[in-house]
Amino acid sequence: MNTITIRRNTNNIVKLLSFLATVLGIAFLIWILYTVIQMGSSVLKPSFLTSPTKPYGIPDGGIANAILGTAYITLMASLIGMPLGLLAGVYLSEFGSRSKLGNAIRFSANVMMGLPSIIVGLFVYSVVVITTKHFSGFAGSISLAIIMFPVVARTTEDMLAMVPNALREASLALGMPRWRATLDIIFRSAKSGLITGILLSIARVSGETAPLLFTALWSDNWVTLNSFFTQPTANLTVTITEYATNSPFAAIQNRAWGAALLITVAILILNIIVRAIFKEKK
Amino acid sequence: MNTLEKLEDNKLANNEQKKADKQANSNRDENVKISVRNLNFYYGGHQALFDNNLEIYDGKVTAVIGPSGCGKSTHLRTYNRIFELYKDQKASGEIILDGQNLLSKSIDPLELRRKVGMIFQKPTPFPMSVFDNVAYGMKLHYKYSKEEVAQRVEKALKSAALWDEVKDKLSKPGMALSGGQQQRLCIARAIAIEPDVLLMDEPTSAIDPVGTLKIENLIEELKEKFTIVIVTHNMQQAARVSDYTAFFYQGKIVEYDRTDDMFTNPKQKQTEDYITGRFG
Repeated sequence: MNTITIRRNTNNIVKLLSFLATVLGIAFLIWILYTVIQMGSSVLKPSFLTSPTKPYGIPDGGIANAILGTAYITLMASLIGMPLGLLAGVYLSEFGSRSKLGNAIRFSANVMMGLPSIIVGLFVYSVVVITTKHFSGFAGSISLAIIMFPVVARTTEDMLAMVPNALREASLALGMPRWRATLDIIFRSAKSGLITGILLSIARVSGETAPLLFTALWSDNWVTLNSFFTQPTANLTVTITEYATNSPFAAIQNRAWGAALLITVAILILNIIVRAIFKEKK
Repeated sequence: MNTLEKLEDNKLANNEQKKADKQANSNRDENVKISVRNLNFYYGGHQALFDNNLEIYDGKVTAVIGPSGCGKSTHLRTYNRIFELYKDQKASGEIILDGQNLLSKSIDPLELRRKVGMIFQKPTPFPMSVFDNVAYGMKLHYKYSKEEVAQRVEKALKSAALWDEVKDKLSKPGMALSGGQQQRLCIARAIAIEPDVLLMDEPTSAIDPVGTLKIENLIEELKEKFTIVIVTHNMQQAARVSDYTAFFYQGKIVEYDRTDDMFTNPKQKQTEDYITGRFG
C-alpha cells in the first residue's frame, strides 16, 4: 500500500469511529428520554400536578408541593448564587485577571466545579442544619447556591473575556468610569452569553439531589414562606429518590417516574430557551 | 546679464521672500495646544518611547507616521491616558495640555478624556441604537433636557457627515451600519461631548476606500473646531490630510516639520528613505 491509501484508510476508520461514538451518545440520550416518557407519562394527569404528595397507602398523591418546593429552593439559590457569581466573574475578567488573588479565585472556582455535590450537602448539613437544629428549604438553597457560584463565576468571566478590549478602551476614552463601562457597555454586549450561563447553572442545580438530601430533606406538606426557613421542604429530586428507592409499591414508584419526566422536560425547555437566545444573537 | 536672466533672478528672489513670509506667518498665528516633553514609555520592562518631544498646534492636523512597531500608537495613547487600562504600562515625562501636565496624578482622567476624544482603528459602536451611541457619552458629561439631547445628537451626526445616511434609522442598532458608517458614528460620539482634541489611531485602516475618502474629507472639516492628531501608516493619507507630520522610528521622533516641507524636502536620511518607500 502506498502512503496515500494508508492515509485515506486511517481517515475513514477514524471518521467511522467518531461517528459511532456520536451515535452511541445520542442513542443513550434517546433511550433515557424514551424510558422516562414511557414510565412517567402513565401517571401524568392534571391531578398529579395539582395535588400534594401523600403518605404511603393514601391514594391519588401528586407532586404539586414538590414542584412548588423545588421552585422556592431554586429561586432562593439563584438569588444568592447569581449575584455572587456575577460579581466574582466581573472581578476575574475586569479587575484581577492576572493578579495573584484572581488566579487563586479562579483555581478555587475550578476546584469547586469538580466538587462532588454530596460533599456540598454534607458541608451545609454540618454548618447550617446542625447549628440551626432543623432541616430547611433554605439550607437546601444555600447548598445549591454553592454549586451554582463557580459555574456562574466562570461563565461570566469567559463571556466578559470574549468582549474585545477595543470596546473597553472606547468606553473609557469617552470619559466613562470603569464601573459604568462594565455595567452599561461590557455587560450589554455580553448579555446573551451571561443569560445563557445563568440559565444553564439553574438547569444544573434544579436537577441536584445529593445536596438536598442533607438539607431540605422532603415533606408531604406545602411549603410556606415560614416553613421554607424552618422545616423540611418538599422538592422533586428527593421525592424521586424517596419514591423510587424506599417504596415497595409500584404505584408510588410510578409517581417517581412522573416527577422524573417533569424535571427532564423542564430542563429540556430551559436548554431550548438557551439555544433560542444564542440563535437570536447570531 | 540679459533681461530674461534678470526676470528669472527676480522670480527666485520673490519665491524666497514668499517662503520666508509663510514661515513668519506660521510662527505668528499658530498656538501650541499640546507640548510633549521628554516622554518615555514602558511596557513592563520594555521601553517603547525614548525622550519624545513634540508640539501639537491648535486647530491643525498633525499626522504621526512611521513603520509598524515604531511607537506611533503608543505615543498617541498617552494623550488621553488610555494606556492606564493596562497595569504594566507606564509613561514618564510631561505632556502639557492647556498649561497642565496631563500625566500628573492630580488630573482626573475622566475629565481629561472629555477634553481629549479618541477614535480607534476598528469602529467600536456600543451595543445600542445609533441615537443612544451618540447620546450616551453626552449624558455622561452634561445634563441636557431630552429635546436638547436630540438636537445635539442631530448636530453631532451632521458634523460627522452621517446624518443623511442614518436619520431614518436612529433606533436601529449601531452595529447594523456599514464599517465606514460605524466609524463616523464613533466620530459623532466623540465630538458630541465637545472635546478640544481628537486623537485618531489609524481611523481608516479597517475601512473601504469610499469610506476612507469620506472620513478624510471629514477631517478637513473637523479641524475648524478641533485639534487633530492622526496616526496613519498610509503616507498618502498623511500628505493629504495633515498640516504637520512627525516621523517616528524605533520609539524616537526622527523628524517633525510642516507636512509640505517634510514630503518635499525631508532633512533626515531615514525620513527620506521611509517616505520614498525604501523601508517600512
